[in-house]
Amino acid sequence: MRALRWLILVAVLGAAAGWWMTRARPLPGDALAVLEGDAVRGEAVFLAGGCASCHAAPEAADKRLLSGGQRFASDFGTFVAPNISPDPVQGIGSWTGAQFASALKRGVSPEGRHYYPAFPYTAYARMRDQDVVDLWAFWQTLPASDAESQPHEVGFPFSVRRGVGLWKLLYLNDGWVMQGDLDPTLERGRYLVEALAHCGECHTPRGPLGGLDTARWLQGAPNPSGKGKIPALTPDRLTWDAGEIAYYLETGFTPDYDSAGGHMVAVVENFGQLTAQDRAAVAAYVKALP
Amino acid sequence: MKKTVFTLAAVAAVIGTVAVAQDYSANLKARQGQFRILALNIGILGGMAQGKIAYDAEAAQRAADSMVAVTHIDPGPLWPEGSDNMSIDGTRAMPSIWDENADFLAKWGALGEAAAGMQQVAATGQEALGPAMGKLGGACKACHDKHRAPE
Repeated sequence: MRALRWLILVAVLGAAAGWWMTRARPLPGDALAVLEGDAVRGEAVFLAGGCASCHAAPEAADKRLLSGGQRFASDFGTFVAPNISPDPVQGIGSWTGAQFASALKRGVSPEGRHYYPAFPYTAYARMRDQDVVDLWAFWQTLPASDAESQPHEVGFPFSVRRGVGLWKLLYLNDGWVMQGDLDPTLERGRYLVEALAHCGECHTPRGPLGGLDTARWLQGAPNPSGKGKIPALTPDRLTWDAGEIAYYLETGFTPDYDSAGGHMVAVVENFGQLTAQDRAAVAAYVKALP
Repeated sequence: MKKTVFTLAAVAAVIGTVAVAQDYSANLKARQGQFRILALNIGILGGMAQGKIAYDAEAAQRAADSMVAVTHIDPGPLWPEGSDNMSIDGTRAMPSIWDENADFLAKWGALGEAAAGMQQVAATGQEALGPAMGKLGGACKACHDKHRAPE
C-alpha cells in the first residue's frame, strides 16, 4: 500500500516534470526592445531566409504576398504553410516584435503553442537579434492577404503539439555545426547556410524522429516530396569550385549549364538578389565542409 | 466463378501492362539531345559572360543562332503521352507536362523568346551577354521548377 502511494507520487512528479520540460518557452516580452529595425537591411534577411519560398501562395506571381497554402509532405503528415502576411486577422500583423522573435527563434506561437519544425526555427534559432528586428521592420512593408490559413494534415500522435516540446529538447539549440576558428568570410557563410538559408533542412538527412542528423551535415538526403534525392554538398561529392558554386547561386546554371530545378529555383531567385560577397561566402563555407 | 473472375482480372492486368510498355527510347534521346545542344551553346555564352572564355562576337552569334534553331523544333513528337517519369525510367519529365500541357508549351515558348533576345545582342559586345543570360536562366528554371523531377 505504502509502495503504491510512492509509485503514484513518483508518477505525478514525473508527469509534472515532463509537462514543465516540454512547455513552450517564448522569449521575454522586452527581449529586443532596445534594438532599432532597418527595413532595407531586413529585405536582405528576408531573401536569405527564404520566407517567401514556402509562404507565398503556390505558383503566385507576387512572391511577397505571404498568403500561405503550399503543402509539404513528410513522414509525419502534410504541413500547410500558413498566412504570415501582415494582415492583422488572418496573418501576423497584430503580433509584437518579441512574439515574432519567439516564433523564429523558439518555435513558439503568441498563444504559447509549439510550432511544428517544418518551420525551420531550429536554423533561425541561430539568428542575430539585429537581423530579427530588421526583418520585422521589413515585414511592415509587405502586402497583407486576408486568405485563411489551412490546417495541417497530421495524424495522432504527431497531432499532440506537446510532443514537439519533447522533440525540441533533443533538436533545438543555437550552437553552430561548423566549429573552429573561422575567418570573416567563412563566418558569414556559416551564418547564411546554417541560420538564415537553412540549407541543412533539405540537404542533411534526418533521423527516425525527424531531427537533422548533424553527423552527416549536408551529405544529401532523400527528397521528402517523393521521387529523387537532394544532392550532397560536401567536397567529396560536389566537385564544383567556389566560383562555380557562387555562379550557380546567382544564375541557376551548373558548370555544365544544366539549370536548377525544383525548390532550388526559389533559392536561386533569392540568392541572385543578394550581394556577390554573400554568394562567395556561401561558396567558401561549402568548400570548407569536411 | 471466383476463380474465373480472378483469371480475367489477371489477364486484363497483363494486357494493360503490355499496352503501356511502349519503347520511348528514341523520343528520350531526341529531347535529351536537344537540351544537351542548348547547354553546350549556353556554356559558350556563359563562359564569355563570366570572362572565362575570350569574347568572340562571331562565336557568340553562332551559339545564339544554334539555340534559337533548337527552340524552333516542334515539341510534339519529342513528348508523347506516357513518356513521363511515373510511367517509364530514364526520364525526369513529370506528368504535369501532359496534365498542364498549355503551361509547359508556354514555358517552352518563353525559352524561345529568351533565345531570340540573346540572338539579337550576342554579337554586340561582351557586356550584353550577362543580362541575356539572366533571361535564359530564368526560362530554364521556370520550367524545371514545375515540370522536371529532381535527380
